[in-house]
Amino acid sequence: MSEAPHDTDRTHIVAHVLATTPPSFDRLLPALLEIQRSVGFVPPQSIAAIADHFNLSRADVHGVVSFYDDLRTTPPGRHIVQICQAEACQALGCRELTTHAEQRLGIALGDGDANVTLVGGYCFGNCACGPTVRIGDTVHGRVTPHAFDVLIDALPQSE
Amino acid sequence: MSATLYIPNDTSACSVGADAVAAAIEAALGRTGIDARIVRNGSRGAYALEPLVEIDAGATRIGYARLTPARAAELFARGLPDRTAPECVGTVEALPFLKDQRRLTFARAGRIDPLDLDAYRAARGFEGLTRARAMSSAQIVDEIRRSGLRGRGGAAFPAAVKWQTVLDASAPLKYVVCNADEGDSGTFADRLLLEADPFQLIEGMLIAALATGAQSGYVYLRSEYPRAREVFERALAIAHRAGVLGRDALGAGQPFDIELRLGAGAYVCGEETSLLESIEGRRPLVRAKPPVPAIHGLFGAPTLINNVLTLAAATTILAEGGVAYAALGVGRSRGTMPFQLAGNIAHGGIVELPFGATLRTLVESFGGGSLSKRPLRAVQVGGPLGAYLPPSEWDLPLDYEAFAARGAMLGHGGVVAFDDTTNFAEQAEFAMRFCAHESCGKCTPCRIGSVRGAEVIARIRAGDAPAANIALLEDLCETMELGSLCALGGLTPMPVRSILRHFPGDFSPGDFSREDFTRGASVASGLPSVDRTKAPR
Repeated sequence: MSEAPHDTDRTHIVAHVLATTPPSFDRLLPALLEIQRSVGFVPPQSIAAIADHFNLSRADVHGVVSFYDDLRTTPPGRHIVQICQAEACQALGCRELTTHAEQRLGIALGDGDANVTLVGGYCFGNCACGPTVRIGDTVHGRVTPHAFDVLIDALPQSE
Repeated sequence: MSATLYIPNDTSACSVGADAVAAAIEAALGRTGIDARIVRNGSRGAYALEPLVEIDAGATRIGYARLTPARAAELFARGLPDRTAPECVGTVEALPFLKDQRRLTFARAGRIDPLDLDAYRAARGFEGLTRARAMSSAQIVDEIRRSGLRGRGGAAFPAAVKWQTVLDASAPLKYVVCNADEGDSGTFADRLLLEADPFQLIEGMLIAALATGAQSGYVYLRSEYPRAREVFERALAIAHRAGVLGRDALGAGQPFDIELRLGAGAYVCGEETSLLESIEGRRPLVRAKPPVPAIHGLFGAPTLINNVLTLAAATTILAEGGVAYAALGVGRSRGTMPFQLAGNIAHGGIVELPFGATLRTLVESFGGGSLSKRPLRAVQVGGPLGAYLPPSEWDLPLDYEAFAARGAMLGHGGVVAFDDTTNFAEQAEFAMRFCAHESCGKCTPCRIGSVRGAEVIARIRAGDAPAANIALLEDLCETMELGSLCALGGLTPMPVRSILRHFPGDFSPGDFSREDFTRGASVASGLPSVDRTKAPR
């Protein structure tokens, strides 16, 4: 992911996304995903502008933003590391892998630092090649604790 | 003559290094100067073999399994490898895992470049659509009815009933919506179809549009499948350029377009009414039914909503005829089902079979037992809401009704294997916690029942009044089953009850009488033996 933009840039990005989105409210979720893709998260201070654009209440927009696991309202770390927590990966030791990852990174599942946000996921459709880890848009299979360390060591650090 | 190599590129093959293997082979062949064409071919879904590189040998293909980039570089350093390489598995189509299947929906998967429209046509693509174009809407629906096709997403609702309802609805605008958000753990057939044969889904949706009179389509895809998104987006663009979609997609100047919409990590959006709410841009709470989506669906219009595999099956049915499709299968389960072997299994992957084979055939003959080489203790069939079944239940035929009669379901066809290191009480607690995490919150039995369910199971596991708490859990399960608005709350008790029934001893913390659990289990199986006035808290 590119470096996180600052407040004024964020406002511009949100304004740009909205300007290129028809105000029909079925475009709300695609717009939120696009904002998150560009900014890294959905800035809480942008909710009013988003609501305005779609002629919705801020509560409506908040209701959508807060529903989905993917949508964040705080900046994530530079890398989003997801460990699948679902049954097929459980059968191959994802609970142990998660404990290992928490120790290796010094972060609890669901938490993060400037470099890595560590979150669970529920199924990447890689169930015959688990345990599965997704980093950004890349899915990794048969991830042993050692393989996890190799993946983490290969991540660029934030300065 | 130039050689052709097939190197897979679906999510799973790439998750275990197929891209790196492809790069290594390309570099090695470049150094030898051998003229070879590399086709990235999706995947056949024989995942234990991935990365599986195939070399074209005329009528067959020779496979090299589980290649690493380093081994691939060695093997191809002096040109194409011969059959003496230790990774060689011989003729790929002759491998028992593939040969013993009956592939209809996945016939093309892994054989062609998923984005090569000419290859799709050459491999019998668009035969169903061509036949459908020559038929009336009612005739297409009749063909689906004759096939006996039932919704492959899990509920197994007769497809023709939905199709007929949308056809009969008179409205200026109708929609076809493909549910590509059924994110049951242990299932990956939707994902593989989107990545290995995306034009089949487009063809299926066009047939559905012809059958129902819909002018517009949506595919709602889960965000957990980034590669499927990329492949399907490209497939849509290619189909557009070729005129398969667009102004004259249905013939006679009738347009049809498909819009891809992405989810955002909510399991409940695989429930059809929640999915529609999500597309409409609302907080995706499940809708009460009736009205059913076929009458009052997307934006209030009549909407045909089917799973990826259901729409894909329509292409086979129209090409081969409903009667031919219905000739496969047993009872009211007709045709084939792409089962998915996952978890702790030696040979995981897609196994497409006519209904009626036993679960044991699937787990032992195709799956080859556990990956850990320890005894398997149970398989969970049908996703997170499906039952856990021990080996004593594996002679069940793969048939919707036979499973239902045993308190289980086939669901989406996922089969997740667990070995003897698993504590199933932990799995029961997880089932409730997962429901609590994913509940949309609209109905009380699901929203609160799941939280209480996880708490009660934790108490039982801690040895806190186990018999009484098991009775309480049983009551709670009944409330959730009967009172929930949708399948999430309604089916979460299924794995829990299957574990109470088959693995009561797993709830024991080990330091008190096993008898309590036996008593609790007898309650779970419907026999009265506990004074419910003593239920704690």
